[in-house]
Amino acid sequence: MTKRLLGLLILALASLGAALSVGSLEISLAEWTEILRGKETLASDIVLKLRLPRAFSGFACGALLAVSGALMQALLRNPLADPYILGVSGGASVGALCAILLGLGGLLLDAFAFGGALAALLLVFGLARGDGSWTQTRLLLTGVMVAAGCGALVMLLMSVAPDARLRGMLFWLMGDLAQTMNPWPILGLLGLLLLAILPFAREITLLGHGMESAQALGVDVRRLRRIVYFLAALATAIAVTSAGAIGFIGLVVPHLTRRATGNDQRMLLPAAALLGGALLVAADTLARTLIAPEQLPVGVLTALLGVPAFLFLLSRRNTP
Amino acid sequence: MTNCRAAPLLSVHRLTLRIGARLVCRDLEMRLFPGDSLVILGRNGAGKSTLLAALAGLRAPEEGEILLAGKRYAEHGARAAARQRSWLGQRRDDPFAARVLETALTGRHPHLGRWQWENAADVAKARAALAEVGLAEMTERDVRTLSGGERQRLAIATLLVQDAPLMLADEPLAHLDMNHQIAALTLFAGRVQRGAALVSILHDPGLAARYHTHALLMYGDGESEIGAAEDLLIPEKLSRLYGHPLLKITADGRTAFVPA
Repeated sequence: MTKRLLGLLILALASLGAALSVGSLEISLAEWTEILRGKETLASDIVLKLRLPRAFSGFACGALLAVSGALMQALLRNPLADPYILGVSGGASVGALCAILLGLGGLLLDAFAFGGALAALLLVFGLARGDGSWTQTRLLLTGVMVAAGCGALVMLLMSVAPDARLRGMLFWLMGDLAQTMNPWPILGLLGLLLLAILPFAREITLLGHGMESAQALGVDVRRLRRIVYFLAALATAIAVTSAGAIGFIGLVVPHLTRRATGNDQRMLLPAAALLGGALLVAADTLARTLIAPEQLPVGVLTALLGVPAFLFLLSRRNTP
Repeated sequence: MTNCRAAPLLSVHRLTLRIGARLVCRDLEMRLFPGDSLVILGRNGAGKSTLLAALAGLRAPEEGEILLAGKRYAEHGARAAARQRSWLGQRRDDPFAARVLETALTGRHPHLGRWQWENAADVAKARAALAEVGLAEMTERDVRTLSGGERQRLAIATLLVQDAPLMLADEPLAHLDMNHQIAALTLFAGRVQRGAALVSILHDPGLAARYHTHALLMYGDGESEIGAAEDLLIPEKLSRLYGHPLLKITADGRTAFVPA
């Protein structure tokens, strides 16, 4: 088990290494040693100011989405759940598109997206709360409905937007890492999230056997669900705010990881973080090199690569 | 309920439960001591599972008080309560793959600290329980590939691994063959003999009489009767309970009830 985790760690480091060394400017060995010595050159600028922040942000986003997906699947006891199932990405999209329509960018765009995500979240939990206990189905249905409503608003915003802004909107919706700047806050948040969630990992695994069984085994199910929903939704909101609604990572990575580690969340959550980060970094490296100097939105690539890979695995063994 | 020296594992005072507008039980009194085993009998929909869930602290009672080892569930907290009572539910639903051994080990959860992992002793306990229910050869199987009866025996093993003095079992014999039914009841009886207490819901009054000291008959309209098994598990009462005449048959000292 620990060996597999180590394997994933190596995979993650390899993807980061590739992301730093691949690009329109080829960097020679001599230049690498200069960068490592801290000498400022054109190469070091490209690696440290462009590629490194983008790779690290991508890693953190992928990891957040994968962890959030794993948590949602465990909470809803549904292998089809993904981080966006409760409408978080829908809310963020509406917020972001409003900002783009208003001509805002940078931090203000992020603030709008995060605000939209939080608004959707509060709406879903507020509406689903009802008698004080969120039942599974009501939460799920409320989330799906809010997401659908956000989808309609997104269409509305795009249809009234001037052509010049449409491309920016599309890229945001598909998920794009080109705009990311300082990676350290989001990496720090990823670390905090894992620290906050791992003490509950064994209890989250028990939820898989049923809410009542988990309660009978000593899990305070009500409290646990509140904590985990909140953290998972927050993780999604952070990821979506910094990279847009990148699809697929949050759904597929937990499944891929489960094949390697089983459903024990103590192994699954860190493993999903590593694999999610590695996959998104790899996809983003391809996204900016495949048709360079043009860039593809990374969300398109995660789906284009992930769908066949997942279908292949699914057909090979019949246990998802 | 007869032993007055030890403290009661479970004591129920003026318990009233409802499902919607329907009354499940009214002013129910019950005291369960180590060595007691109580069987709950009643027709489908009489509220047996609802009552058991309330006794397990999974459902708040409308009125009355349920004390587990002298304290209310809220005072215990979920983890401490799980060290005192175990609960076997009716539903088995496994959305994700898990190994049989891993599932049995979940019974150790209330005994482990937040950062603690299962150690060799925990694994030994789980393996022993799996052996007791005849699943020793299947520890590495995925739970989703088990048959209904095998899955049920795994749930019983998990209950034993939890090692709580009060065991609450909702239809523990569901999906089990005759031989496994007797094996399961014998396992429970062994634990009761060693100082545990058991509440189980069964559908066979013969097996109920053979393995339990006490019985609770739920007539379905909030009316219930509780007492010694030999006083309540008689054809007159059981015929009324099930709304169908029952005959008592005795052979080799064993009792069975058959529909007339």
